[in-house]
Amino acid sequence: MSSVAPVDLPIDDENKKNTDAFQEAIAGTTKVRRVKQRLTSRWATVAAIVIAVVWTIPTFGLFVSSFRPAVDIRTSGWWTFFTNPTFTLENYEEVLFASGASSANLSSYFMNSLVIAIPGALFPIALGCMAAYALAWIPFRGAGWLFVFIFALQIVPLQMALIPLLQIFSQVLGISGTFPAVWIAHTIFGLPLVIFLLHNFISAIPGDILEAAKVDGANHTQIFFRIILPLSVPAIASIAIFQFLWVWNDLLVALVFSGGTVDVAPLTQRLAEMVGNFGRNQHLLPASAFISIIVPLIVFFSLQRYFVRGLLAGATKG
Amino acid sequence: MRGDFWGGLFEKFGVLIIGLAAFAAVVGLVLFLADRAPKRGRDVVQLLALLSPALILLAVGLVYPTIRTLYLSFTDRRGDWIGLDNYVWVFTQPSSLNVLFNTVLWVILAPTFATLVGLAYAVFIDKAAGERILKSLVFMPMAISMVGAGVIWRFVYEYRAEGFEQIGILNQIVVWFGGEPQQWLINSPWNNVFLIIVMIWIQTGFAMVLLSAAIKGVPIERIEAARLDGANAWQQFTNVTIPEIRPTLVVVVTTITIATLKVFDIVRSMTGGNFNTSVIANEMYTQAFNRGEFGQGAVLAVLLFILVLPIVLYNVRVLRKQREVR
Repeated sequence: MSSVAPVDLPIDDENKKNTDAFQEAIAGTTKVRRVKQRLTSRWATVAAIVIAVVWTIPTFGLFVSSFRPAVDIRTSGWWTFFTNPTFTLENYEEVLFASGASSANLSSYFMNSLVIAIPGALFPIALGCMAAYALAWIPFRGAGWLFVFIFALQIVPLQMALIPLLQIFSQVLGISGTFPAVWIAHTIFGLPLVIFLLHNFISAIPGDILEAAKVDGANHTQIFFRIILPLSVPAIASIAIFQFLWVWNDLLVALVFSGGTVDVAPLTQRLAEMVGNFGRNQHLLPASAFISIIVPLIVFFSLQRYFVRGLLAGATKG
Repeated sequence: MRGDFWGGLFEKFGVLIIGLAAFAAVVGLVLFLADRAPKRGRDVVQLLALLSPALILLAVGLVYPTIRTLYLSFTDRRGDWIGLDNYVWVFTQPSSLNVLFNTVLWVILAPTFATLVGLAYAVFIDKAAGERILKSLVFMPMAISMVGAGVIWRFVYEYRAEGFEQIGILNQIVVWFGGEPQQWLINSPWNNVFLIIVMIWIQTGFAMVLLSAAIKGVPIERIEAARLDGANAWQQFTNVTIPEIRPTLVVVVTTITIATLKVFDIVRSMTGGNFNTSVIANEMYTQAFNRGEFGQGAVLAVLLFILVLPIVLYNVRVLRKQREVR
């Protein structure tokens, strides 16, 4: 599970400062107008550009490769594309739609990834919201201890739970290798962090609002649906994005609980399998890798603010 | 075949909808009944309705398995009690000692270099033109799955025998400079370093974003004061900026350390742990799920837990202190 979140989701004032700083960090601006005074010299700029190029080239090279004909991928480097351009979409067509026992079949795996990741993100958040509200606003003996205990569960590595959980799934419930098994596993592994982050947020909601609702005769479930959920939308959005991407990118949970078949296993598992037979799949791998990382990249570039917040909150999950 | 294909997609879509609907129905029903509970004791019923689904899942899926894994670490593959044999195995077998050595190598190199490069980059691009784009480029690997990163770097490291045209950029650069192409992922022990580079590539963006935020939070007056006292850029950095961002540095290093200890996907997808590159998390999977040695897998899981524990506790203390200061 996750260890301690390095940064809380931004809610109360003391955390607010934090968030602003992160948003500024990613936006590259500061609210306080600063004197334009660079500590660094021209050499620093050169070094920065070198780092940026080195960090980008591997991904860029793969992207170029994915559009080159199979023969070219196998016989020459992607950089020869610029002296001898050849372009094709065949790789994408083949990995997505080709039929046959040995084909990559990625459209099926893509669908599996979606079928795994959507409930894998929604379930823990729904249950986590409920638990976080109960822990924060319904007074009962031991609430504090229970919260600390759930918080502490974050430090248990995923590996500690895998073997017994698989035994429960296969011997008691008989659902090993099905979508529900993967959903339940992701829900369990996501809950400690989700409860912790949502508790931070929900406990910071002003008590006056809840008191007013109570005076009007609302009970706990009504308060939960009418006040807590609507007010928590920003926090839920960040956590949902993080959890969705975590599930989408996960390999370990998928390997253990999905059974590894085309019926259930996600893209990451298929990709790992194809890399395992690198020589044979070499011409298909660039396109395959891009199909598996396109969803995270879209999320990254379109929802960068939420993405950064969520990612920082759960950086050590797993 | 096309028909099968669309049929398959349709069926899975159905599973998704049914799964979501079933979940919503169960949770909705529980909360609906709690809402209608008789006034006497309604608070207790509602408390249970809200809290127990999460608690039951955690108890069955996390608390019980953790205790059971502890127990399994004292048993052999048939489930018979064998005392500390598995622990002895971890610390005496050459192959598992190699796993431990590799893990130590990862934990030393990955956090150090990811933090150093991330810090340098954050400083270099601070207030530079195009800061936002420059940040995105280095931060992007964080969004990609580690398996995807594994594929990307497999192509960077790809090897062709000398005299043939290279298709991996690293060997091509070596050849351009007149060197001999290398099998980066096979030659032990250096192949570990080339796997660690992938982790550094991923984690640098994380370090950079956090440290950049911290650097921007350093009060400008202090830097100004240091400058007026005659400190040069390097002195301003080491005497003012570094102490100011120290708490963030600690969080970055510890967080990357924990992630590194648990690294699995990179090793799994790039070498499968062959050629002496296995690490604890990968070996745990191999022993437990490929070889059926649940006891030995359990020992490795427990070891991982013990290694992560002090770092997390330290992290909690730092965070708590930070809060008190604020």
